[in-house]
Amino acid sequence: MTVNQASNRSLQLTADGQLRHFLTLDGLDRALLTDILDTADSFIEVGERSIKKVPLLRGRTVVNLFFESSTRTRSTFELAAKRLSADVLNLDINTSATSKGESLSDTLLNLEAMASDMFVVRHSQSGAPHFIAESVTPGVAIINAGDGRHAHPTQAMLDMLTIRQHKGGFEGLKVAIVGDVLHSRVARSQIRALNELGAAEVRVIAPGTLLPRDVESLGCTVEYDMHKGMKDLDVVIMLRLQKERMEGALLPSEREFYRLYGLNQDKLALAHPECIVMHPGPINRGVEIESAVADGPQSVILDQVTNGIAIRMAVMSMAMGGQVSERNQQQAGSKQA
Amino acid sequence: MTEFNNTPGQSLKIINGRLVLPGSDGLTDASLVVADGVITAIGKAAEHANAATTFDAAGAVVAPGLVDLCCNLREPGNGQKGNIASETRAAARGGFTTVCASPQTSPVNDSGAVTHLIRDVAQARSPIRVLPVGAITRGLEGELLSDMAGLAAAGCVAFGNGSRGVRNARILRRCMAYAQTFGLTVMFSPENQALAADGYAHDGLVASRLGLLGIPEVAETAAVMEMLLLAEETGVRLHLSQLSCARSVEMVAAARARGITVTADVAMHQLLFTEDALAGFDSRFHVRPPLRSESDRQALVAAVRDGVIDAIVSQHQPHDSAAKQAPLGATEPGLSTIESTLSMGLLLVDRGELTLTTLLAALTSGPAAILGETATLSEGAAADLCVFDPQATWTPDQHSLISAGRHAPSAGQALPGVVRLTLCNGKVAWGAESR
Repeated sequence: MTVNQASNRSLQLTADGQLRHFLTLDGLDRALLTDILDTADSFIEVGERSIKKVPLLRGRTVVNLFFESSTRTRSTFELAAKRLSADVLNLDINTSATSKGESLSDTLLNLEAMASDMFVVRHSQSGAPHFIAESVTPGVAIINAGDGRHAHPTQAMLDMLTIRQHKGGFEGLKVAIVGDVLHSRVARSQIRALNELGAAEVRVIAPGTLLPRDVESLGCTVEYDMHKGMKDLDVVIMLRLQKERMEGALLPSEREFYRLYGLNQDKLALAHPECIVMHPGPINRGVEIESAVADGPQSVILDQVTNGIAIRMAVMSMAMGGQVSERNQQQAGSKQA
Repeated sequence: MTEFNNTPGQSLKIINGRLVLPGSDGLTDASLVVADGVITAIGKAAEHANAATTFDAAGAVVAPGLVDLCCNLREPGNGQKGNIASETRAAARGGFTTVCASPQTSPVNDSGAVTHLIRDVAQARSPIRVLPVGAITRGLEGELLSDMAGLAAAGCVAFGNGSRGVRNARILRRCMAYAQTFGLTVMFSPENQALAADGYAHDGLVASRLGLLGIPEVAETAAVMEMLLLAEETGVRLHLSQLSCARSVEMVAAARARGITVTADVAMHQLLFTEDALAGFDSRFHVRPPLRSESDRQALVAAVRDGVIDAIVSQHQPHDSAAKQAPLGATEPGLSTIESTLSMGLLLVDRGELTLTTLLAALTSGPAAILGETATLSEGAAADLCVFDPQATWTPDQHSLISAGRHAPSAGQALPGVVRLTLCNGKVAWGAESR
């Protein structure tokens, strides 16, 4: 176990190994990841009922703290919290407090004073949820909804749930992640999850300007040529390409990128015939993916969105459960003393 | 020690200490006498001398006072982060008797008035010597030359551009040529700003895993190469500050072999920590240049051993707590190190990576020579010395630190090396009764 994994483990898990924050997949083992997937499976059924609610977080206050704008992630977190019967407060800090010069620490102190039980945090700085988890009052759970280039663990877990639904498991799977890995928190979390869950091979396919330094150390192989990279794939995950990448001289043009790394039917035909196509969204049609593929029979992009709610319900209820049981143990301990 | 006040003319005898003497590789058991601000006797002569006060240094090392080429005192202008009084007192506690004050203040030290202000405040409030480093360009903007000759006359001992660097090679070349005219020493932290861009961590394994914005090695090595070539052409005395890469050290060694006048230093924390220190997003270890790989660290330590690196600096950067209380990328770079620099060095000695003599040379005679001075325990020399117990331990924490910056690298961890006495010009700058 690296220094990194050990420190993440102690911050995220209670003494008896339960989740109390969900910040990164680093330091979480296969048993725990499988537990999250199994819990999410049980919540999928809730979404199919006419009354889509369970009382697990009744009386709890969940604050969606979004320092970066988001539509899908925020709304699925909101739905997940509401289906768990929590009270939900949505805050887009992007435009309010920080633009008035308030520091993140001060914003948090104010929100804690409102007696919140859980913060769902999205922030443009890598490590912001770690910082918050280290500085909040004990008992408040922090869920990472995407931080900088670091991690997007609920997205990676909903992708794992989608893969498990379609492929039955992870043993022997060959998975490729295509596109802007350098800037992608999703890719980092996916590579980690796939390795931990036992995928046979994780390939990243991108030009050198869009790959982090020593990317192989994350647990993947590198392929510059997408035609070679598509061979034998069971799963292909396309990443969103931001327009700004052209301005930083990382890429010459969208057109050239689409020609070399965009997923069209011809390239998809090189993969295993039952290869599924995934994308964390929002998709850029004609930039990283052709419409015929995005809407085609092999695409599972909309399943990912549905699974997002179940995964977020699972993680929120597990983290709250860990916090509560830790508090109970501490109270029991102090009574004995 | 019972009583030793700062009355001129009073004499002090230090007995039972192990002395670091010039020309000796080890420590010498001997006594030493200080009177009127100078060392008057060492060894036999000292044993027979009478002194008003005696200091029993049993178990301790008596070394020349430490000299720091890179220290941020934060005055004028950044009182929330520290001031000359607080930071020089912290330095004295760390065994330092001379610190070079970085020009990166507010206003910047680019005029004689600021230089005089720093010297006057130091004269009144500092227990140790403060040597101002002048800004080589006005406002550290990297565009117009500062009045270097005038600043030197006002007391600046060298010239640099703080952590801002000089972006434009044409301006850098003129800075060097102008400084060379007056025989001034230039001190630069080599960083190519276009390559460093928005980075704040070593572009390596940890940054890739955590999604941190990287500063590649080549941001330093390209700048080192450029500076070495310009120094060769202009003939200026170039000092490279705070190297962080193995490859930089190789280039400096090769340049010296070609006859280029170049010296170099490294920050103590670079010899002890690596990129792994950022693994838990610990904002204390957001430093610039960034902490790099283990192989870089080993090469830097080897360069100190081999003398390619002449000096170890504290690169002390005190901050108010708000500057470090934010997500890693939004924090300000720098560690509060001046009180623990010697202790960190002693950890390297304990691990067998440096000898005590090499460590102390890099903290005393090495940096002093770059300033054109000497730092030795010899009869007739200024009584700048520190007495420290290498076995005793202390724990830097919120309460024990004197510096206004509480973000010490080893906070909460017991460190070897307690400074029992620091004398600057024969006066007590730090002593057991100081706390």
